[in-house]
Amino acid sequence: MSLISAQDLTKVYTVGELRVHAIKSVSFVVERSSFVSFVGPSGSGKTTLLNLIGCLDRPTSGSLTVAGADTSVLSRTEAADFRGKNLGFIFQDFNLMPILTVYENVEYPLLVIQNVSNEERKKRILSLLDTVGVLDQKDKYPDQISGGQKQRVAIARALVTNPRLVLADEPTANLDSKTAFRIIDTMHQMRDELGVTFVFSTHDRKIVSEVEHIYTLTDGKITEKAEGQGGGDV
Amino acid sequence: MFKLVKIAFRNLLRYKRRTLLTSSLIAVGVTFVLVFVSSSSAFKNLMISQITDSMLGHIQVHKQGYMASIDSLPLTMNLSQKQYEKLKKAILSVPGIQAYSPRIKFAGMFSNFMETTNIRINGVYPDKETDVVPLLPGRVKQGEKVIKKGEIFIPELLAKGLNVKVGNTVVVIATNRDGSVNGKQFRVGAVIESVTGPGGRDGYIHIEDAKELLRLEEMEVSEVALRLKDFDELHRVSSELQSALSIDVNKSGKPLFDVRTWEALSPFYNVSRMIEVMTFFIRLMLIAIVLISVMNVMIMAVFERIREIGTIAAIGTRPGKILYLFLIEGFFLGVVGTFAGIIITCLTTYIINAVEISFNFGRQVGLILSPRLEIEQIVLISVIVIVVSILAALQPAFKASRMEPINALRHV
Repeated sequence: MSLISAQDLTKVYTVGELRVHAIKSVSFVVERSSFVSFVGPSGSGKTTLLNLIGCLDRPTSGSLTVAGADTSVLSRTEAADFRGKNLGFIFQDFNLMPILTVYENVEYPLLVIQNVSNEERKKRILSLLDTVGVLDQKDKYPDQISGGQKQRVAIARALVTNPRLVLADEPTANLDSKTAFRIIDTMHQMRDELGVTFVFSTHDRKIVSEVEHIYTLTDGKITEKAEGQGGGDV
Repeated sequence: MFKLVKIAFRNLLRYKRRTLLTSSLIAVGVTFVLVFVSSSSAFKNLMISQITDSMLGHIQVHKQGYMASIDSLPLTMNLSQKQYEKLKKAILSVPGIQAYSPRIKFAGMFSNFMETTNIRINGVYPDKETDVVPLLPGRVKQGEKVIKKGEIFIPELLAKGLNVKVGNTVVVIATNRDGSVNGKQFRVGAVIESVTGPGGRDGYIHIEDAKELLRLEEMEVSEVALRLKDFDELHRVSSELQSALSIDVNKSGKPLFDVRTWEALSPFYNVSRMIEVMTFFIRLMLIAIVLISVMNVMIMAVFERIREIGTIAAIGTRPGKILYLFLIEGFFLGVVGTFAGIIITCLTTYIINAVEISFNFGRQVGLILSPRLEIEQIVLISVIVIVVSILAALQPAFKASRMEPINALRHV
């Protein structure tokens, strides 16, 4: 069974009297443990699509099933619970909480969103920080570490709840090439080790070259579906 | 929950200067209110004890109708021996009364054989009177502390006006109930300090001398003053005494006895009410200070952290938890400000007590203001400030919790 299934998905924004069709009758399927990327120029609708998949926004019409749930009918609290349980987010600007240390940033979803025992929590966090390579930075605050390290922390935060799906919006946009490749490697490794599905919204060629499935969006429509080079391991 | 508390605390520390300023403002408000309340309460209690312990007593009982014509101190409205005995029995039946003192009050003429002036006389049992108004001996400026038979205590104003000194012989002339005029010589036993109010010009003689002067064949009493064991039981004792005496009615079917607390006897009660009203408005000001400052800080905090709110909402934080997060921040601001305010108040109160600020009230000079912090006031102010802090944070917190994560994440 597929992890994400979209059928005739449409999203229309109303700005004053203007109706903007951000997504136009899009259908696609994303399988479990896959590495998928939505690509396209700015304004093509890739972030909107990611927001719909992430239950941050609701479709205007069409159906969208994520991890077996019809996300269009979830209330605010149900959507929050669904995100906390099933989804992980990686943002372009990392979006770490500046008042929390690296360790605490990763710990936050487990404490506030999921109730996990102290022992289990500590084990998971240290293991993830070690895997993403920032264990030695665990007591530092976000403003004391580099951009690449921040994004690794964000990956750890996204994965600490054992989500089924991680949504990453332009995760390498603010990183240099070398760091970006290391981040992509880390995500690949996470996918391979944990079986997590990664869905990206990007126009970064470095990511595009590493994914298995590439959906190209143009003016809110999927205009091309291609197989990438990163699918060899699965 | 503990994690939310920790995060809220850190959020406040993130904007140290702003948190410090807001907490300081709350602390100043708390200090101002607590110092005002403790000082005004000390002033009020001091004045009440001055009035009740030097003249009035805590409660007085008269014959019904006596108070309406008290200016003329009518002998015709005195309680008879039988009525006084009934009253005594009722007084002894009510728990909480420490002492009582019967008084015969009348108006007379006071003469030093060269000049004559009017005087109000209290005929009292000296020991009973000092039990009810223990500050009376303290009002003696010259002479003996205890009233003896054949002696009169005169107010300072009268002594000065007629140039009368302790040991001088004077005459008091009074009209008895029948209308005949009687006179009696007295030795001036003491000159007493005048106090503010109509009773401040009263002279004192022994009750047996009063009976003799007024040619009373049996005991008659104008009023009975009472002192309570615990002043806080004033209204309980008053109403119990009233109900104990309610079975005695006069010819027109009204209660024979008129029981009044000091509040109905002294004009200072209105001043004390005014102080309470002022305290209420001062508390309102504190509420306004806390409300505005906390709300201002929390609105700023929400505005500055929109993206953060978006992030925590996106990763699955429930709207209710976001609401709590900001409410806890408001709570902390209130708690820190209150705590600091209480510490500053303790110091300020200690300093005021150490400096011994004195003031005059009417003819009473050198009264020392001794503010005392009462735990009830501290608890009340703390609860008000903390509750108002949470309420002030409610609107911004609600706004944060209702934010759509998608919009919040887009915020620049």
